Amino acid sequence: MDLILVAEQALNGLQFGLMLFLLAAGLTLVFGIMDLINLAHGSLYMVGAYLTAAALAAGAPFLAAVLAAIAGTALLGMALEVTLLRRLYQRDHLSQVLATFALILMLNEGVRMIWGEQPLMLNTPAALSGPVELLPGLSYPAYRLLIIGVGLAVAVALYLLTRTRWGMWVRAGASNRAMTSAMGVPADRLFTAVFGIGAALCALAGSLLGPLLAVQVGMGESILILAFVVIVIGGIGSIRGALVGALLVGLVDTGSRTLLPAALRQVASPELASSVGPAVASILIYVLMAAVLFWKPRGLFPARG
Amino acid sequence: MSPPASPARPPRQTLLHHRGLGPWTWAVLALLAALPPLLQVMGLEFYTVVATRVLIFAIAASSLNLILGFGGLVSFGHAAFVGLGAYTVGALMEAGVASAWIAWPAAMLVSGLAAAVIGAISLRTRGVYFIMITLAFAQMFHYLAVSLKAYGGDDGLPLAARSSLTALPVNLADDASFYWVALGLFALVFAGLQRLVNSPLGWLLQAARENETRVTATGGRVFAVQWSAFIIAGALAGLAGALLANLNGMVSPHLMHWSQSGQLMVMVILGGAGAVWGGPLGALVFLLLEELLSGVTIHWQFALGAILLAVVLFAPRGLAGLFRPRGDAHA
Repeated sequence: MDLILVAEQALNGLQFGLMLFLLAAGLTLVFGIMDLINLAHGSLYMVGAYLTAAALAAGAPFLAAVLAAIAGTALLGMALEVTLLRRLYQRDHLSQVLATFALILMLNEGVRMIWGEQPLMLNTPAALSGPVELLPGLSYPAYRLLIIGVGLAVAVALYLLTRTRWGMWVRAGASNRAMTSAMGVPADRLFTAVFGIGAALCALAGSLLGPLLAVQVGMGESILILAFVVIVIGGIGSIRGALVGALLVGLVDTGSRTLLPAALRQVASPELASSVGPAVASILIYVLMAAVLFWKPRGLFPARG
Repeated sequence: MSPPASPARPPRQTLLHHRGLGPWTWAVLALLAALPPLLQVMGLEFYTVVATRVLIFAIAASSLNLILGFGGLVSFGHAAFVGLGAYTVGALMEAGVASAWIAWPAAMLVSGLAAAVIGAISLRTRGVYFIMITLAFAQMFHYLAVSLKAYGGDDGLPLAARSSLTALPVNLADDASFYWVALGLFALVFAGLQRLVNSPLGWLLQAARENETRVTATGGRVFAVQWSAFIIAGALAGLAGALLANLNGMVSPHLMHWSQSGQLMVMVILGGAGAVWGGPLGALVFLLLEELLSGVTIHWQFALGAILLAVVLFAPRGLAGLFRPRGDAHA
């Protein structure tokens, strides 16, 4: 196993982990502060990807398309919060599961009505389509480097945001919701804002990952499960936990998918490696989650005391 | 809040008591039994298969309702037990064992054992962590099934034929006969579950849902009660899986996909979590809506979503809650 491959996979894992972080950050805040299980969070990611595709198809440059998608999805998210999700905060988790599952069905079908069944293919922006030589012998796609850069920038920006007054309210809300509203924090506006930011981050992840994955109906659900794994590992309500959890899951998932079969091939027969390898790789993140919950039942960075 | 018990009420009608249909039971059963010939007269034989699917999912959803609704344990991995039951039937069929007398109890045994192991670990967590850890185990079984190349891997395993009920004059290959067998099993499961939730075990299970600390303080063994319920639910889901494998004529890893667990959960919540009729009602309404709406429009999922949303907003305790008399209010 050569070092170039390992370095490349580590970068891939970092890139995937940072995109997971964009989804998990919104999910963990909505869950931690509003105590809302939002299964439709992944659908906002899908909507973001489709809006980017639509803006690109209309001839917008890539940056403008991404910004339009973020704005559109944030508006949709806030509209959903004000009209529907707000009614669910006081309800039990089961009602929330049913309602947001219904929302997934409607958003999926809505996207299918507008853009059709066929997956859309996005092109990476021409300026970033080539590889960049990071080290002698290690070249890496410029577009993926951009994703890593944006992900890191968002992580820093979110950290700074939590140091502002609103950020302090958000953190207070995550650790004790009832006390926070008793202290006079404007809960309604805060919740809508948090939801909008979560939706915007989803859209950012969707539009950045669009050119790497196919943009299709149902893309939100598979990544939603990973995002839930991330926030449980990190501790619900904790942005820092979401970052650490996302990087862990991203690295383990990407690394085990490529490196594990290669490692197995050296100790076992090729047939066994090719059949068992992918299964073990897929299972590994769930083993990781079970192990974390075994040692730290409230996740790595529990937000609630 | 429930009104003080009036003397006219028999003492069994406590807060935790769940009534079945009473005298209506036999009428409903007779109606359900008469369904295949009725459908044949109307030229809708195809719906016999749909009705069988509803009965099978009614068993699976009822088993989930035992832990989710009555126990308050939100399991997001119930499809794993359905899938394990199905794979047991498939693997036995592959090995030349076609007898339902062996394969179906074996399916329940395998699923029950898996539930014993998963439950013993998962029940140490609560709330959302319980949701996620049951999901994790189900995903492990899902990927295990995908990697089993001997049983078709990702594509699944077709069954050579339906199981055979030797010693009974029933040919399961006939859709109507298979429907009646499924109906009989559903009736048994439903009656058994109704007795169970009205038994001391069921009361403790529901009491632990409301307040675990108090049950422990009064001497209830919460873990043992919840573990038993988890195992029973797993074994019944295995039975549903065995029937489903026979109905579909194949088993595939998709049976254990998390979306299947989600669908079972939606059926239970839609029907009414913690109501004995919740599981069957949810399975019936969900599958019928799917069947009917998909015949009307290709965008049926949008309509299904809208209906589910309306149920959440206007029937907070599920459809079964709509039929409950006032004052009998508990989830």
